[in-house]
Amino acid sequence: MSTQHLPEHPDFLWRNPEPKSSYDAVVVGGGGHGLATAYFLAKNHGMTNIAVLEKGWLAGGNMARNTTIIRSNYLWDESAAIYEHALKLWEILPEELEYDFLFSQRGVMNLAHTLGDVRESIRRVGANKLNGVDAEWLDPQQVKELCPILNIRDNIRYPVMGATYQPRAGIAKHDHVAWAFARKCDEMGVDIIQNCEVTGFLKDGDRVVGVKTNRGTINTEKVGLCAAGHSSVLAEMAGFQLPIQSHPLQALVSELHEPVHPTVVMSNHVHVYVSQAHKGELVMGAGVDSYNGYGQRGSFHVIEQQMAAAVELFPIFARAHVLRTWGGIVDTTMDASPIVGTTPVENMFVNCGWGTGGFKGTPAAGMTFAHTIATGAPHALNKPFSLERFETGALIDEHGAAAVAH
Amino acid sequence: MLLIPCPNCGPRDETEFHYGGQAHVPYPENPNELTDTEWSRYLFYRENPKGIFAERWVHSTGCRQWFNMLRDTVSYDIKAVYKMGTPRPDSSSRATPETGTASTGPDSTTTGSAAPSTSTTSILSTTAPEGATK
Ligand SMILES: Cc1cc2nc3c(=O)[nH]c(=O)nc-3n(C[C@H](O)[C@H](O)[C@H](O)COP(=O)(O)OP(=O)(O)OC[C@H]3O[C@@H](n4cnc5c(N)ncnc54)[C@H](O)[C@@H]3O)c2cc1C
Ligand SMILES: [Zn+2]
Repeated sequence: MSTQHLPEHPDFLWRNPEPKSSYDAVVVGGGGHGLATAYFLAKNHGMTNIAVLEKGWLAGGNMARNTTIIRSNYLWDESAAIYEHALKLWEILPEELEYDFLFSQRGVMNLAHTLGDVRESIRRVGANKLNGVDAEWLDPQQVKELCPILNIRDNIRYPVMGATYQPRAGIAKHDHVAWAFARKCDEMGVDIIQNCEVTGFLKDGDRVVGVKTNRGTINTEKVGLCAAGHSSVLAEMAGFQLPIQSHPLQALVSELHEPVHPTVVMSNHVHVYVSQAHKGELVMGAGVDSYNGYGQRGSFHVIEQQMAAAVELFPIFARAHVLRTWGGIVDTTMDASPIVGTTPVENMFVNCGWGTGGFKGTPAAGMTFAHTIATGAPHALNKPFSLERFETGALIDEHGAAAVAH
Repeated sequence: MLLIPCPNCGPRDETEFHYGGQAHVPYPENPNELTDTEWSRYLFYRENPKGIFAERWVHSTGCRQWFNMLRDTVSYDIKAVYKMGTPRPDSSSRATPETGTASTGPDSTTTGSAAPSTSTTSILSTTAPEGATK
């Protein structure tokens, strides 16, 4: 028997309080967006008598299932504005949250494989520069210099014809991001309540006045929905509809390897995106499964197709082994842009529709959604992303425009 | 991978099919009279239930026919397949009223409320077909 004592358990990063009977505001969903929203409600608007209600554990949804790509090279002005704001926040958040979550600005490359891709990519580089977003067009030789393991020969089915490159883009440790926000929220007095599922809403006419949960009823003046893949389910409980379809989205990692991949490579056309995590796993994401699903898993052929593409682009991956695959439930909209704003229910606000690409938006979603909840009106950055745009026709169509959806 | 029971060809791999989203979405009867809100419902809003969903599939690399299917969006169990233009078999539970004109396109639905025709509907009773994704 060992006589050595185990070291002391490290401090917990947040309390696990019992829900109070009422709060000034309740945020539903303890993923990145819910936590960031609570953080900015407390920090920017002084609202500390608030709670984040999470049905499972913190970041157990998409937050800790994504491939952690952060970039802001979106085509349209509205998107460039909000995603670039997010990127600027990412640049200061490790210091502000006093937490090194390994934000690594190693650059992101978006490959072009057809003449159509090339034209669109060059157009996007131009649009990005006009919006103050760093962007470059690389020819295949320059692509190879930046990422030597990429196959740029022209005898493959979809040869690399060039790439856009955003040097300030990169990756971060998603679970640590959630914990960093959670710790700061907790310090400011926000109650983070896990294992607390919202099962319904209390309304007074058209106004929400409380939430029903599996741990009792909570009265509140304001509700912010940050439920990602479950947004439609919550909206239905509240008596309105969202133009959202929930789909499985899968990703996988290999076993650990020595550093071989210096940047992040995304390919819209063959649909794979790859980076190498700090520990050494190759992290790869696939496309969504075509069918609607809430199952947090998808079909294997999607993974198979993604692997085929990866091996063609990165021949040295042929001998790597898949260690683990998983899925999340992503909330897609028809224009591939998020919905952040008011709802038909008074005092209820919604942040959803970030679909396959909302990790990068986490800080800006939190900042603008907190502003919307606190003031009752959208911030300039999320104003275009209203639910009403589906009626006015002012869509922000980033499908295909945004250099793959993640 | 789902194992999808094509009503014409029998059980086939999901990779032989393409997805068509929600079934029973009729083209508006009088498009010119719709308000912007009503148009937005038709264009952008689809049901997104956590549970049984009536959806369309086409057997692209087989008989190339469209058909409707009831599937559980959590377990992915397939509950029923039935012909385009026939009402949803469990119409008691969640069916949306259909008020459009019948069209001949692949996404056609019928007007009215004819009882489900058992001859064209195969309800896969309680269990999923062997091989449905788990
Ligand atoms: C495989 C995969 C790869 C991805 N890759 C990228 C990427 O590289 N870059 C990028 O920018 N984005 C990516 N994304 C998208 C990104 O992860 C999401 O857009 C983002 O995480 C959504 O916000 P969130 O973190 O708040 O969501 P979530 O973490 O899903 O949070 C929602 C929370 O709500 C909770 N909830 C739901 N219903 C209830 C209820 N009734 N009561 C209480 N709580 C409830 C859920 O349990 C969940 O924890 C990816 C997603 C997936 C699945
Ligand atoms: Zn067939």
